Amino acid sequence: MARLELNNLHAEVADGDEKILEGVDLEVQSGEIHALMGPNGSGKSTTAKVIAGHPAYEITEGEVLLHLEENEFGDEVEIDEDQRTWDLLDLEPNERAALGIFLGFQYPAEIEGVTMTNFLRTALNAKIEEREELFEEEEGDEEEEDEGFETSPMEGDVDEGEVGVAEFQQILQEKMEQLDMDEKFAQRYLNAGFSGGEKKQNEVLQAAILEPSIAVLDEIDSGLDIDRLQDVSEGINALRDEQGTGILQITHYQRILDYVEPDHVHVMLDGQIAKSGGPELAEKLEDKGYDWVREDVYGTA
Amino acid sequence: MSSEQDHLKDTDTEARFEFKKEQNAAVKSDKGLTEEVIRMISEDKDEPDWMLERRLRALEQYQNMPMPTDWPGMPDLSGLDVEEIVPYIRPDVDKREGVDDWTELPDEIKDTFDKLGIPEAEKNALSGVGAQYESEVVYQNMQEQWEEKGVIFMNMDRAVQEHPELVKEHFMTTCVPPSDNKFAALHGAVWSGGSFVYVPEGVTVEMPVQAYFRMNSEGMGQFEHTLIIAEEGSEVHYIEGCSAPKYGTHNLHSGGVEVFVGEDAHVQYSTVQNWSKNTYNLNTKRAIVESGGTMEWVSGSMGSKATMLYPCSILKGRGATDTHITIAFAGEGQDIDTGAKVYHNAPETSSTIESKSISKDGGRTNYRGLVHIADGAENSSTAVECDALMFDNESTSDTMPYMEIEESKVDVAHEATVGKIGDEDIFYLQSRGLDDDDAKKMIVAGFIEPITEELPIEYAVELNRLIELEMEGSLG
Repeated sequence: MARLELNNLHAEVADGDEKILEGVDLEVQSGEIHALMGPNGSGKSTTAKVIAGHPAYEITEGEVLLHLEENEFGDEVEIDEDQRTWDLLDLEPNERAALGIFLGFQYPAEIEGVTMTNFLRTALNAKIEEREELFEEEEGDEEEEDEGFETSPMEGDVDEGEVGVAEFQQILQEKMEQLDMDEKFAQRYLNAGFSGGEKKQNEVLQAAILEPSIAVLDEIDSGLDIDRLQDVSEGINALRDEQGTGILQITHYQRILDYVEPDHVHVMLDGQIAKSGGPELAEKLEDKGYDWVREDVYGTA
Repeated sequence: MSSEQDHLKDTDTEARFEFKKEQNAAVKSDKGLTEEVIRMISEDKDEPDWMLERRLRALEQYQNMPMPTDWPGMPDLSGLDVEEIVPYIRPDVDKREGVDDWTELPDEIKDTFDKLGIPEAEKNALSGVGAQYESEVVYQNMQEQWEEKGVIFMNMDRAVQEHPELVKEHFMTTCVPPSDNKFAALHGAVWSGGSFVYVPEGVTVEMPVQAYFRMNSEGMGQFEHTLIIAEEGSEVHYIEGCSAPKYGTHNLHSGGVEVFVGEDAHVQYSTVQNWSKNTYNLNTKRAIVESGGTMEWVSGSMGSKATMLYPCSILKGRGATDTHITIAFAGEGQDIDTGAKVYHNAPETSSTIESKSISKDGGRTNYRGLVHIADGAENSSTAVECDALMFDNESTSDTMPYMEIEESKVDVAHEATVGKIGDEDIFYLQSRGLDDDDAKKMIVAGFIEPITEELPIEYAVELNRLIELEMEGSLG
């Protein structure tokens, strides 16, 4: 069980002084679903990107902590007591990913020439390797020499502990079936020419394969038709139910929350969490918009 | 002089070596490409008179042609002193045994070999354990395999001796005459080594024909000539050189490639080259394609200080087809000016050009292309696509597509994109667990994928590896 904790987080755009986050406090635990709602420009996406380590933002105050448990990554990696809490702001995006943070993008990049299979297996192995480095560094392990490609060079070599091509194919196939994705996806280039819905489905697929402790899903429901919304929602629920992932679901609409029922709902206004509550809060927002929150919190409309 | 030449005729290797040493000094004092030098090369190769005459005519043309200076945005060739090349030619001719010593190679090249995992045999070839011998062996094996079908694959020097009629007809006559440009003329005068490929009518050579051992150690490898003749209905895939960096004591590579694609024949010419970074790489490569024939150019250009290379197809017969896939990579201090030329001289001809370039650390890439559709080449079509990828704001990339369309019933498409490696793309991959370097490598590997998928796997791997090494800056 992992816990992500944002304390008094302030952030601005790195090459300007536009303040975007002005003291965000938030906690998400494994197994929980949190919905983060709010009008455009309130800082929802920035919060997501800052958690994942996007270089466009400068953190001026506050902290982003990730607390892990002893056996967070299964029995094979035992985490020492002094390595159970990490300040994510000190870490590179890939290190955060290795610690179990996943960001589902609203607009995922399209990478031509890189097949889904190749990408996902590379990512999975990179994560395993990075994890080893993060947790075994102190034991003074010497860095392994890159000895070049020894087996299948196009796919990279298979080191001990890595997921091989055949093994990975099986994992991928299974997860794609769960998400009702066409098997042709495996050989398509990463997001290239994907429809909006396919991209979102792909984000959930990646989360399912990388098995994060905490997944931040940035408007994963935007641009989805009702069928696809249901598929994606099932995928998200499976993340929580089967892998115990904690979900921070950023959304504008109540719609997805009909399928992915949140434990907690937060309303963001002007770079802060203005109000938190249960699922009923989302319904109220759907009916009444955000102005009443503003009124409620600041006394102005 | 004459006594020395007499000496040469009945000499053994050692004496020959001695002779060259003397000449080397003589040439140095007598700067410039001279008739004397050309005669020596020809004599050394024991060439027939007609080849010597061609060399001398090429030399004359070379001397009468000005250096190209008026191309917009052309690479700066001012650092290239052609006069200085001459003294360098001799040592290379001397070294039939190969480059003196592996240990004399610059570290960056040795490192590259190690990192690429180039086989020992090749290292030996480069280090001078009889590359010539080794390469003869390679040619020999190939010959045995195909000779029953009448396929010829041998060293170009040998082809002059053994297949004079074929060579006489095709060598720098109609395809790349020395008058084509100054460096073609230079090439015609000093060429040495290279490959000769002949595929008879209707024969398909299933395996790619690879000239893998043809490195510097073969002699004047930097002026190698490749002549491919594919008769009607035949099919062959020729892969030039190996992708290892070629190292020469001199800094000019001026190769010549001529391809004759017969009716309904199909030739693919692939090359992956990586030059040492003091090399001026100025080549002329051209194919003449008869009706129904298909020519495919696949090339990866790495290394060099400046490269000017525009493989050209002349679509001479009805329904001839051309495909160009090219990739260029320019790092610090490099100017890679490559592209393609296609002449549509007959109806229903088609061409596609796909050019990819990557620039980094202030390097420059330029796509320079010419598509000419002649009056009467109706129902022809061409599609040109240039994509440039830049790593940083210091690097530059230009696109200079020229289209000369003289026929109205044609289909012409051109598309160019220039982009910086996107921060968002990198962040996306990082957020999935790849570190910054691996993310960039993955993006670049994807970018060049259209090239690598055209190559046999070992070349694709080496190309990928080379680009990774370039990106790590470990080539210096």
